[in-house]
Amino acid sequence: MTRYLLRRLAGAALVLLALSVLVYALFYVLPGDPARLACGERCNPAQIAQVRAQLGLEEGAFTQYLHFLQGIVAGRSYSTGTELVRCDAPCLGLSYQTDQQVTALILERLPATASLALGALVVWLLVGVGTGLLSALRRGGPTERILTAVTLAGTGTPVFILGLLLLMLVCAHLQWLPFPTYVPLGEDPEQWAWNMLLPWLTLGLFESAKYARLTRSSVLETLAEDHIRTFRAYGAAERTLVTRHALRGAVPPVLAVSAVDLGSMFGGALLTESLFGIPGLGRTLIEGVRRIDLPVVVGVTLVMGVFVVLAGVLADLLHAAADRRVVLA
Amino acid sequence: MTPAPDRPLVEVRDLTVEFATADGTVRAVDRLSLTLEAGRALALVGESGSGKSTVAAALLGLHRGTGARVTGTVLVDGTDPATAPPAALRRLRGGTAAMVFQDPLSALDPHLAVGDQIAEVHRFHHRVSRRAARARAAEVLDRVGIPDAARRARSRPHEFSGGMRQRALLAMALACDPRLLVADEPTTALDVTVQAQILDLLHELRHETGTALLLVTHDVGVAAESADEVLVMRHGREVERGPVARVLGAPAAPYTRRLLDAVPRLDAPARTPEAPPKGEPLLEAVALRREFGRGRKAVTAVADASLTLHAGETLGLVGESGSGKTTLGRMLVRLLDPTGGELRYRGEEIGHLDERRLRPLRRELQLVFQDPASSLNPRRTIGDSIAEFTPRSLDETATRARVRDLLDRVGLDPGRLDAYPHEFSGGQRQRVGIARALAAEPRVIVCDEPVSALDVTTQAQVTALLADLQAELGLGLVFIAHDLAVVRRVSHRVAVMRAGRIVEQGDVAQVYDTPRDPYTRGLLAAVPALDPALADERRARRARHPEPAGV
Repeated sequence: MTRYLLRRLAGAALVLLALSVLVYALFYVLPGDPARLACGERCNPAQIAQVRAQLGLEEGAFTQYLHFLQGIVAGRSYSTGTELVRCDAPCLGLSYQTDQQVTALILERLPATASLALGALVVWLLVGVGTGLLSALRRGGPTERILTAVTLAGTGTPVFILGLLLLMLVCAHLQWLPFPTYVPLGEDPEQWAWNMLLPWLTLGLFESAKYARLTRSSVLETLAEDHIRTFRAYGAAERTLVTRHALRGAVPPVLAVSAVDLGSMFGGALLTESLFGIPGLGRTLIEGVRRIDLPVVVGVTLVMGVFVVLAGVLADLLHAAADRRVVLA
Repeated sequence: MTPAPDRPLVEVRDLTVEFATADGTVRAVDRLSLTLEAGRALALVGESGSGKSTVAAALLGLHRGTGARVTGTVLVDGTDPATAPPAALRRLRGGTAAMVFQDPLSALDPHLAVGDQIAEVHRFHHRVSRRAARARAAEVLDRVGIPDAARRARSRPHEFSGGMRQRALLAMALACDPRLLVADEPTTALDVTVQAQILDLLHELRHETGTALLLVTHDVGVAAESADEVLVMRHGREVERGPVARVLGAPAAPYTRRLLDAVPRLDAPARTPEAPPKGEPLLEAVALRREFGRGRKAVTAVADASLTLHAGETLGLVGESGSGKTTLGRMLVRLLDPTGGELRYRGEEIGHLDERRLRPLRRELQLVFQDPASSLNPRRTIGDSIAEFTPRSLDETATRARVRDLLDRVGLDPGRLDAYPHEFSGGQRQRVGIARALAAEPRVIVCDEPVSALDVTTQAQVTALLADLQAELGLGLVFIAHDLAVVRRVSHRVAVMRAGRIVEQGDVAQVYDTPRDPYTRGLLAAVPALDPALADERRARRARHPEPAGV
């Protein structure tokens, strides 16, 4: 078990290293000059050259990358022209645009993304698994047909359309909720929850469709297994079969997929964050790409990578916990 | 709801079960009638597709809600499982009649502890506390011979061996104190010594509790061991029924006679080689070894196995599951590399040849698999699958002619070379597998359980085909099987394996009639006899001398 974890984590470090190389390489292929953008519209070539030197863009791509790795492991110092700024490990660099430390920027944006992802998780586990279970129980009946149609529509609706529809219905038409603005949890938990409700529902319902179908097929698959026949032949009621025996078979796949989804959402649910103006990692990444802000893009991408890889390990651990036949090796 | 004393426990009259399939209605059971008195044992015997399991399922109303059309009447202890209201049906299932299923790994919930599953079933029928139900589960597990039952009750099914899982399923049935046990192929997945233990246990429990038994089996020997009466089924109909000694000893129906003739017997005359093998052996293994894994976790699958195979000779390789016979077989054709010892083919050392130098010999060493359904590519025609192994030098017309010739040779219609594997029956698919092996013009064929998935009548045909081909082509055959009687029928010489070692080898007559190794003796004693009187006698002997193989 410990050996398994060590091996997985070593593998994860390699994946992240490869990811950082890839993002760096991509950035140098893209058109655009970060120094010109950072300097602004009215800079003359001399000023641009000065900014270029300040940002360390004079150096070769490989040297820049090595400095970046050094920053993560040991921290590094930056000159802003007038003073020396110390950036402690893990240092992901300074934003070209704002000179803010990327590590600090990510830590500042992470809570919003985390609130969104965890809330959505609760919604899709409740709605998705519940719907899937119900349609498995009522298979062949009208309930199942309606639920199948709804989940199919859910899978087919882009998340920003779903979000817009919810905004129009709940905020504009029914006026049950104000238009959401992000309030940090630390400031006012109640306002935080009320304002996050719609984003949670949007993202959670969008994901629910997938979980409903996954749960339904896993439960039906388990119901067709031989051990269900055993309990039926010993007088188990149909409801006992589903809740006690078949649902258990559906837990491992739902957990595994949930962990991976959660991991990628920690990297930012771009569309949902943009739609509801949530200052999370997804929006940070989009802004970084638009302004060719290499440190921000690389930093956010790496953090996303960390969460996705960790979620993979978590999914395996959960799977092993839910199904004792699984041996981690 | 106790029936009148003169009324049988099970009454089935004109039972017909039909399933709707894409190709129309299939009648699995056709106007079958039977009765079973309390405390008696009836065996339903038949080959696959005879409808025997469908009858067993009907006794518990398991066809309800499946779309099967059931007509006729079934009464189990006065209740009709096809029409009883849900509460009465649940009382019947388990409470009156308990089913003991086949393939015990999938018959238990993999996520729950074995004891909890038995306790759960017990609580369906008895109003007791969880704790009392758990105690009852431990009690019945102990009764069926699970060692340290209270602790093992907390194990999950995959932590049990196959024999223990089958015992646990028997315990589940016992936990409800049923008046009838319905056992569907309860020992089919088990090794022969474990099968003997389970059948002895079943016999003992019935003796103790007076429970009636309806046993479904394809194995006439198992029926002879366990039943008072036999009902032979074919195509959903009754062929013959009567007391087990009469039906098996003096069968009246031609089908029963054919079925019994096809069953391989331990007392049949041994096969003698046409000419005693002489000269240089075709294949020779000297102290062949194979380990899996490294360091402390290394497992020795085959340890120091030595054997020889001559042209025109069949060497039987018998042993129980895990004895290493498949590993040895694969090493003999170099599908697995030996980790020690020598393998000589026509005098040349090939055990450690690299792949490039081995390549020219590959065609001469072929393998036939147990399950032709999974060893043939389902998306390719059988003609294409066979043609892959014909010599490269042939052009397309010549290749097709060769494939037709091979199909003809294994007794298949040469015109069907463009058909796909699923269009063939199990026996026919095995013939395709043999044709594919022959396509390479081999000198040695290792057959790994080639007939274990087949019905006895088909088994007899396939083994006869192998013998004909051998006589014609002078092949050296290695025949791997767990079934001692089949091995006796096809082999000239036999090697008995246990825990990776060959414990005994020699001529068939010598090994079977005067076995020297106690393990061989135990194996032979565990094979069900076709004569119920003999079965009783041997059961008594087993009770006095517990198996050396004891699992």
